[in-house]
Amino acid sequence: MASPSPKSPEQSEKTKQYDRQLRLWGDHGQLALENGHICLINANALGTEILKSIVLPGVGAVTIVDDNIVTDEDIGSNFFLEHSSKGLNRAEETIRLLLELNDAVRGHTVHDPPDQILQENPDFFKTFSVVIATHLSEKTIKDLSQHLWDINIPFILCKSVGFLGLFRIQVKEHPIIETHPENEQVDLRLDIPFPALSEYLNNIDINTLDLKDHGQIPWIVIIYKAIEKWQLSNHNRWPMSRKEKNDVKDIIQSFIRKDENEIPINEENFEEALRAVNTAMVPTFLPVKIQELLYSNSATHLTKDSCPFWIMCSALRTFIEAEGKGKLPLRGVLPDMTTTTDHYVKLQNIYRTQAALEAEIVYRKVQSIVSQLQCDTISEADVKLFCRHSHDLHLIKGSSICLEYQLGTPTASYIARHLEEPDVMMVHYILLRAADMFRSEHCRAPGEWEPEGDISKLKTCVSKILSDVSSSPFPKDDHIHEMCRYGGAEIHSISAFIGGCVAHEAIKIITKQYKPVNNTFIYDGASTNTATFTF
Amino acid sequence: MATGEIQSQEYQQRRWLNIRKVLERSGPFCHPDFEPSAEILDFLMNSCKILIVGAGGLGCELLKDLALMGFKKIHIIDMDTIELSNLNRQFLFRKTDIGLSKAKCAVEFVNKRIPGCEAIAHHCAIQDMDDGFYRQFHIVVCGLDSIIARRWLNGMLMSLLQYNDDRSLDQSSVIPLVDGGTEGFKGNARVILPGMSACIECTLDFYPPQKTFPLCTIANTPRLPEHCVEYVKVIQWAKENPWGESTVLDGDNPQHVAWVYEKAQERAMKHGIANVTYRLTQGVLKNIIPAVASTNAAIAAACATEVFKLASSCCANMNNYMVFNMAEGVYTYTFNAEKRPDCVACSNTTRVMEIEANATLQTIYDKLCDDVAFAMKRPGITTVINGRNKTLYISSIKSIEEKTRDNLKKRITEIGLYNGAEILVADVTTPSTVTIKLKFSENYDVDMSR
Repeated sequence: MASPSPKSPEQSEKTKQYDRQLRLWGDHGQLALENGHICLINANALGTEILKSIVLPGVGAVTIVDDNIVTDEDIGSNFFLEHSSKGLNRAEETIRLLLELNDAVRGHTVHDPPDQILQENPDFFKTFSVVIATHLSEKTIKDLSQHLWDINIPFILCKSVGFLGLFRIQVKEHPIIETHPENEQVDLRLDIPFPALSEYLNNIDINTLDLKDHGQIPWIVIIYKAIEKWQLSNHNRWPMSRKEKNDVKDIIQSFIRKDENEIPINEENFEEALRAVNTAMVPTFLPVKIQELLYSNSATHLTKDSCPFWIMCSALRTFIEAEGKGKLPLRGVLPDMTTTTDHYVKLQNIYRTQAALEAEIVYRKVQSIVSQLQCDTISEADVKLFCRHSHDLHLIKGSSICLEYQLGTPTASYIARHLEEPDVMMVHYILLRAADMFRSEHCRAPGEWEPEGDISKLKTCVSKILSDVSSSPFPKDDHIHEMCRYGGAEIHSISAFIGGCVAHEAIKIITKQYKPVNNTFIYDGASTNTATFTF
Repeated sequence: MATGEIQSQEYQQRRWLNIRKVLERSGPFCHPDFEPSAEILDFLMNSCKILIVGAGGLGCELLKDLALMGFKKIHIIDMDTIELSNLNRQFLFRKTDIGLSKAKCAVEFVNKRIPGCEAIAHHCAIQDMDDGFYRQFHIVVCGLDSIIARRWLNGMLMSLLQYNDDRSLDQSSVIPLVDGGTEGFKGNARVILPGMSACIECTLDFYPPQKTFPLCTIANTPRLPEHCVEYVKVIQWAKENPWGESTVLDGDNPQHVAWVYEKAQERAMKHGIANVTYRLTQGVLKNIIPAVASTNAAIAAACATEVFKLASSCCANMNNYMVFNMAEGVYTYTFNAEKRPDCVACSNTTRVMEIEANATLQTIYDKLCDDVAFAMKRPGITTVINGRNKTLYISSIKSIEEKTRDNLKKRITEIGLYNGAEILVADVTTPSTVTIKLKFSENYDVDMSR
């Protein structure tokens, strides 16, 4: 049969393969991911589970650093090893099986221990988007995190012991433009309508419309008219209090047409107006968080090395101080509402046009900064995206992992405070730290051979850490005992859980979309409990 | 490596060293009934039979997780075949597997990678299997994307429950159900002990209603690109029948999608609506739910941990529902979903429907569909009058629908129903017929003599 179909719009193989995730982070997110390069140190089960969920969505490249030889125990918990892998280098074997998942991903291996790389070739780490490490010794944790902090490479430290899992993200500064908030505040400017909107709103007289058209008035107009009416008897103020807002609602109610028996007619658009009134009446304002960002040192003191985010922040600030009259650029998004196609499209265009106009002004400011600084250009699309999301910009200012090991810091008192609460998840944190310390002192995991004998030794480690953070000893030994029971065991499903989470955090960092954990996440699979701490 | 060595005791001891530590050692937080021993691993490996329902994003992960936690006797059931868009997360499949059975490919891969694993594939619908099949398992773990299938499976496990003479539950008939679900960066995992804790039907209100667009908006006042696609799908396709009258719109057929895309673009252009894209068209046509490897990995892992706990009693199970979201940071919340004392599926009581005596059968039908306690799709209603079955309304078979359609308009008392009468309802959401007792509203003069 002859096909009635026109030329099928070309959808590449890649677009089809990644369709389900492109709906989450878009083509530009995918492009960022494909330019990403992840370094994994130690390809144990946790390490390969992390890489699995980064290789599948198509990261550009992965490099595994691992000098270990594959054991039977490894094969028992790590899916990316085969029986024939025994006795071979773990990086080689795991990368081979991981790359089978996605032929678009490039893979490399390094067979040196991380300490040696840190000593002999510290520049090795400079090229990565994110460095992820599992099962590091206490000393390597300190040395590596310090080095990565100094060279400003994002670092995720991960642990999986028994039913416990942890990851700690170390980033100096991580700006996010597309945070994808669950509930985006609407930006309608009913309190300060721009000329095109004003003209549109003033051209509608809701009293003279016939019933059919009355039922198609967009709720924006209804709310605007109701507020206008309220303002007549309230000195043109903007309704702020709950009572005032209820007055506006009453006015909206009074707008609803009635039938011959004086019974209000059910008009969907008026129902919508009543539901939307609270959010639509929020006055247009510059959020404090954004204001702080725009007036922070990085935005006010640009240099040639300033990243595009700060250049755009600077341009945005000058916009707000001048053309924006203290307000952010219009978002330009109209929520769906019951109305005619004509009304909706017209209104939508009014908002979109104004938003494009304002973004254009910001773009020109960006251009002039760029030419002054003589730095790399920033595309108009990037500036538009930035303006569109300027209400929800977010900056994570991280802290160094080394701080957790220092005495008398705010981090130490933060830990102590949570222990006093008492917060069992912070107890888990202490035990994971103590297990690291135990390992560096005794060259084995606590309880690796048999649990009971190591309890007192592990307790010594716990006491040391607790005294470092000026916290009193634990009243009971039960968590210490439990850690010795684990004996350093890596339970696959616990590693797989942390693996999924860490993979996603790495993707968030690479794509600069969605907010990552700030900065420590702890999981107890035994009690199905999780917690986030900000060290 | 020789098979002999794989099976050797010493090798097994080394290989499973990680989980042996938690199974062979006691700890202060263990379940009170837990007695550490080497026999537990032996039970997991040689006796414990697990059924994984679904071999998609969650199913692939579950199969790998459970096989690496010592389970060997794993069955996996899925009727689907592999598509290119699965490969961004269903890591047991390769491009060369496209078109093959998911269950079979997954099993083949895992049995090869993990020697000793004896997974068995069932390439069929869950409804193709009878109660004898489901009864053989110790634990069922479910990673489905369909609510209807999930409810059917739940109903099947509930129907296996046996009660003692004193109406107490026979514990040996309980097959725990671990259920996981994901959507984008969100997910949930839960543990259901049939007859003892909240089941899927107890918590139907957790599922958000599917987003639909009113027909008049689609036809008369389109505003969004989605409205344009819906118009072509619902109205224009049937009008123009581009591939002839017998061809129904298939969201998996690229030519069909291209046709809809072009027509939707025309309609959007006519009305000045922007942003009708191919991706959006496909999303609306197939009701595509975004999915990514990481969320599936985390949710499947949480489910696998619960299966491990159930099978080994090494610690108490999650009580009983965990929500998970990694769109902003990583957030979880675990709470006790409550069992409905009158749940149609798990309560061992006859559900009562309160209804006005002068109501029509249509009222009952609508209640079955709209009330969240039932949320049925196309319920078929029968009853027993004087010991004989009587069909009141069945819509799924065309000839019966035509014959029984008039009953909908009739008052229930006209078609032989009375206060206290029981109706039997069949639906795609349940494997067994649900009995519902009618209770006429108070103001009615009760006539119990019939």
